[in-house]
Amino acid sequence: MTDVPFQEPTGEGSGRDAGGLGAPSGSDAGAERRFVRTAFVRRKERFEAWARGVFLAMAAAMIVPLVAIVGHLTYEAWPSLGLEFVLDIPRQGMTEGGIWPAFVGTLYLVGLSLAVAAPIGVLAAVYLNEYARDNWFNRVIQLAVINLAGVPSIVHALFGLGAFVYAARFGYSILSASLTLAIMTLPVIIASTREALAAVPRSFREACWNVGATRWQTIRSIVLPNSISGILTGVILQVSRAAGETAPIMFTGAVFYKAIARGDLFAYRLDEQCMALSMHLYTVTTQVPNVRESVPYATAVVLLASVLLVNATAIGLRLWLRNRKRW
Amino acid sequence: MNPTAPHAITTKGLNLWYGTFQALVDVNVALPHGLITAMIGPSGCGKTTLLRCFNRVNERYGGVTTTGEIRVLGRNIYDPDVSLIELRKAVGMVFQRPNPLPISVYENVVFGLRIHHPRRELSRARLDEAVERALTEVGLWGDLKDRLDARATSLQLEQQQKLCIARLLPLKPEVILLDEPCSALDVEGTRAIEELMCELKGRYTLIIVTHNMAQARRISDECVFMLLGQIIEHRRTEALFLQPADSRTADYVEGRYG
Ligand SMILES: Nc1ncnc2c1ncn2[C@@H]1O[C@H](COP(=O)(O)OP(=O)(O)OP(=O)(O)O)[C@@H](O)[C@H]1O
Ligand SMILES: [Mg+2]
Repeated sequence: MTDVPFQEPTGEGSGRDAGGLGAPSGSDAGAERRFVRTAFVRRKERFEAWARGVFLAMAAAMIVPLVAIVGHLTYEAWPSLGLEFVLDIPRQGMTEGGIWPAFVGTLYLVGLSLAVAAPIGVLAAVYLNEYARDNWFNRVIQLAVINLAGVPSIVHALFGLGAFVYAARFGYSILSASLTLAIMTLPVIIASTREALAAVPRSFREACWNVGATRWQTIRSIVLPNSISGILTGVILQVSRAAGETAPIMFTGAVFYKAIARGDLFAYRLDEQCMALSMHLYTVTTQVPNVRESVPYATAVVLLASVLLVNATAIGLRLWLRNRKRW
Repeated sequence: MNPTAPHAITTKGLNLWYGTFQALVDVNVALPHGLITAMIGPSGCGKTTLLRCFNRVNERYGGVTTTGEIRVLGRNIYDPDVSLIELRKAVGMVFQRPNPLPISVYENVVFGLRIHHPRRELSRARLDEAVERALTEVGLWGDLKDRLDARATSLQLEQQQKLCIARLLPLKPEVILLDEPCSALDVEGTRAIEELMCELKGRYTLIIVTHNMAQARRISDECVFMLLGQIIEHRRTEALFLQPADSRTADYVEGRYG
């Protein structure tokens, strides 16, 4: 121990002699020994360094699976990869060729499901966060949202089959599949939107109410502009979820094979069935014999790349919107 | 007072930048030991920034560059072998809004002890005694001795602020920095904190930032007037208020701008 050791709290100091300085005022020789590390401080600093190291290692470990996955997939997929693979249709009984019908199908499914889920989810979240009082009705809604988020996707699939395919008579179609995906992503969109809304400080709202703004005016002029980055990110991150799910669309509207023209973006009607990337990956891997080896991997790479691209856009958008808000 | 170290804190050519914005410009100041020094000046002139330099807590905020020298009790706190842990133990800070931790009154007071001492050194008796002493010193013992288990955040604001001061005391700080400690309090609370500061004076060096001219006049021994990151004037309080040397000081203390 190089420092002045801790003194037992006795006597000195409790007597309040106003004149005397309780604190030792060091001479220059003493001053040089001030604030130096004691053995205990050194021990704490060692622990601190160790703790930081562990946390850093855990955070850095996240890179390993990503690099491994992307690296492995790309390596295996290499012989097939190329723009041609995306634009071409499957050939030779799906053992050769490209994935265009599946790619377009996924675009349709994800686009349509988000077009349905995003407005409903965001508006519902606005209601829950900005208008809802704490009564039984609203608590039921919140309970419903939480539980809906916990339902496994295969159960959503079965529900979609019963509700959209049969009861609503949409048949096996893009419409049924998209609506099923929408229901699946809704609760998550609601949760992330609520979080973004709750991050806007309450004092901003109070300022608005006290100049006589209605709730809607407050929301439109202050709350939404300041939470839009968080809301959009939450919505866009659901793209990857919707794009990756297989079970819900398999039950409601996705097929193994559908012949459409190469490179045709408007190939599907909404009441038709479609192919999809996730489903196609399953098919070529497990259902079709003698597929060229790189085809499943290339399919996975396209799926992954599209999702990463969308996520990167979300991050960019978020940064851009963030920079414009200052508080 | 020890003649070789009459000043608790001295700075030499202290400059500080937030990014590219210079918040402190060539600050040279020597603050007396064991007395109350008030720092006054218009909003944004760098009072809080200067205060935060004294225990190097500015470094926790990103993008801060500092040059120059700061000596606390004769020791240059930018020396490489200075431990920030020990420095901050000796130089405590009280904030504008009382910030008791959301734990019991008792645990708030012993928080510092628990952090700075190995568990085996902290007997129950020693903790109890530290709590009683610290709370007595800030004048809370009588009110709170039966409510030591109460959540600190449920106290009145004035009590919370006193508790925040009490939280520093078991560590035997040398310097207590107070950043507008009364601005969230009413008249009574303000008076109580001021009385407490006068009680603590002598045993601790107190440095208070305030926007309240009357308060600076009432409690401080010396007064520092700052403007745009610079120290304009630093004298004994009566002198600064009665015969300010600089016309800008005169204008400010007379309330012509603020
Ligand atoms: N973390 C920060 N990042 C960037 N600039 C900052 C930061 N903190 C303070 N500043 C700027 O530095 C200047 C001095 O700020 P400081 O908080 O020290 O002023 P102050 O005198 O305490 O003001 P007030 O009386 O309002 O508390 C201000 O112009 C402020 O905008
Ligand atoms: Mg300040």
